[in-house]
Amino acid sequence: MYEGAIQDLIDELGRLPGVGPKSAQRIAFHVLSADPADVKRLAAALQRVKELVRFCTTCFNVAESEQCRICRDPRRTGDVLCVVEEPKDVVAIERTGEFRGRYHVLGGAINPLEGIGPDNLRIRELMARLADGTVKELILATDPNTEGEATATYLALLVKPMGIAVTRLASGLPVGGDLEYADEITLGRAFEGRRAV
Amino acid sequence: MYVSRLELVDFRSYPHLVVEFEAGCSVLVGPNGVGKTNLVEALHYLSTLDSHRVAVDAPLVRAGATTAVIRGEIVHDGRSLLVELAVEPGRANRARLNGAPVRRPREVLGALRMVLFAPEDLALVRGDPAERRRYLDDLLVARQPRYAGVRADYERVLKQRNALLRTAYLARKVGAGARDLSTLDVWDLHLAQHGAELMAARMELCAALGPHVAKAYDAVAAGRGAATVAYRPGVEGGPDRATLAQALSDALTAARPSEVDRGVTLVGPHRDDLTLTLGELPAKGYASHGESWSFALALRLAAYELLRAEGVEPVLALDDVFAELDTGRRDRLAELVGGAAQLLVTCAVPQDVPQRLGGVRYDVAEGALRRAG
Repeated sequence: MYEGAIQDLIDELGRLPGVGPKSAQRIAFHVLSADPADVKRLAAALQRVKELVRFCTTCFNVAESEQCRICRDPRRTGDVLCVVEEPKDVVAIERTGEFRGRYHVLGGAINPLEGIGPDNLRIRELMARLADGTVKELILATDPNTEGEATATYLALLVKPMGIAVTRLASGLPVGGDLEYADEITLGRAFEGRRAV
Repeated sequence: MYVSRLELVDFRSYPHLVVEFEAGCSVLVGPNGVGKTNLVEALHYLSTLDSHRVAVDAPLVRAGATTAVIRGEIVHDGRSLLVELAVEPGRANRARLNGAPVRRPREVLGALRMVLFAPEDLALVRGDPAERRRYLDDLLVARQPRYAGVRADYERVLKQRNALLRTAYLARKVGAGARDLSTLDVWDLHLAQHGAELMAARMELCAALGPHVAKAYDAVAAGRGAATVAYRPGVEGGPDRATLAQALSDALTAARPSEVDRGVTLVGPHRDDLTLTLGELPAKGYASHGESWSFALALRLAAYELLRAEGVEPVLALDDVFAELDTGRRDRLAELVGGAAQLLVTCAVPQDVPQRLGGVRYDVAEGALRRAG
C-alpha cells in the first residue's frame, strides 16, 4: 500500500477493464514520472470524452454532434442496415471497408442473467427506423455467442413479417490462418456449417 | 498410446516424484492411504483437466505449496509428446505442449486419452441421473471435441432461460404483475435446437455403447441377466435432429404454463437419464452391491472399448478393482483388458491381481514410488 494520492490513482486505474493491480501500479508510476504537460493532456482527454461524446440520435453510435459521421455521410446507402451490439463493433466492420450501408447500435444483447431484456436495448428505436420502408435488408451482426444469437433470432422474428430481408453474418474458420491451428470446436462447427462450392 | 514418464511436483501427497512407465501393464502396489490413487488421479487430470474425486482444485495441491505441476510424457505412434500442467487453485491452469505454452489449457485435451475406473464410479449406477448424463457427455466430448461446444451452448441457453423464468416468477410473487416474457419464444427455439443436437448425439452414443456394455458386464459379473443401457429422453421422437427439435418445441409449448408457474425449465436433455437394466429389472434399486459395482465397471470398460474401436487406443486405469472380484471374474477381466496398450492397476494386495496380466510392479510408499524386481 502506498500513501494518499498515488494509491488513489492505482485504485482508480485498477478498476479499468483489463488492468490488473500490477499494471495499475506501473501506469501510476509512469504518470508520476511523466512530463506535467503530458499528464494534463491525458486528464483533459479523459474529461472531454465525458463532456463531448454523445450518442448519435439515429443509430446510437458514439458521436460528437446530433448525428454520427456515418449517419451524416450522404454517400452511404440507406437501404441496408447493419445491427451491432456495441460502438466498437461499428469500428470493426468499418475497418473491412466492405459495408456501405448504415448501422444501428443496440447497446448490448438480450441477457436475462444480467436482467437485460429487449426493453433495455434500442430495439424500439430500430423498429421506428424500419417503419418508413427505406431499409430493404437488415444485417444481424451481433456476437456469435448465446446472447448474440438469441438477440439475432429475436430481431429476425420481429422484422421478417415486415417484408424486409434479414441476414446473419457467417461464422466459421478465420481466413489467412492454418487449418491446423483452429481449435476443435471452431473447426468442428465449420464442418457442420460447410457449403457446396 | 501410453504414458512413458510421469513427474509430479507438489501434487497431493507427493513433493516430487518421477516415475518411468512402460507400455503394457503396470501394477501399483501399496497399503491403503499411501497415494496410489493420487497417481492415477494426476494422469486423469492431465487427460480431462478434471479430478474424478473433487470438484475444486485446492485439494490437489500439497499442503503448504501454492502450485501443483503434472508433467507427462505420452508416446503415441512411436512419437513422444510432453504435456505439462500447472494447477494453481483460484487461477486458470497453465499448460505446455513440448515445452511451448499453449493459449488455453483446453488445447492439451486429447494429448492423453484415458479411461479410468475408480470406486467413485459406483455413483454411475446408484447416483442421480446427472452422474449418468455426465458419463455420456464426457464420452461424447472424448469422441468428438465439437460436443464440448454443443454442451456449453446448451447449458448457457438453459441458464439464460431459467433466469428469465425466475425473474418473472419472483416479480409475480411480489405482486409486480405479469413480467415481460416476450423473449421466451427465442430461448425456446435455441433450447430446442441445441437440445436436439445434444440428444441426438447421446442417443447415437447409447446405441454404439450397448453391445460393449453387455459384453463387458458378461465378463465381470457372474452372468445373471444381461446388462442393457437405454437413453431415456423426456420427449418422444428422434433419433434425427429435426424431429427431436420439433418434439422439444412442442413439449416446451405444452409445458409453458407450468414453467411460468414454477419459474424453471422443465423440458430438455438436462432432465433425461440413461436407464441401466439387468435382465428385466432396473439396476438402480434392484441390483446388489456387487451387481451395481460390476455394471459401473462395465460402463467404463465399454467406453474404453468404444474409443479403442474408433481409433486411438486410450490408456486404461483400474483403481482398486481386483480386490472386489472373485478369482473367476478376475481372470475374465484380465482377459478382457490384457491387450490394452497401457494398463495401470492399483491394489493393496498384489496377490489380487491375476498372474496372467504380468507387467511391471511398482511399490508405492509415502511420497515415493519404487520399481520392484
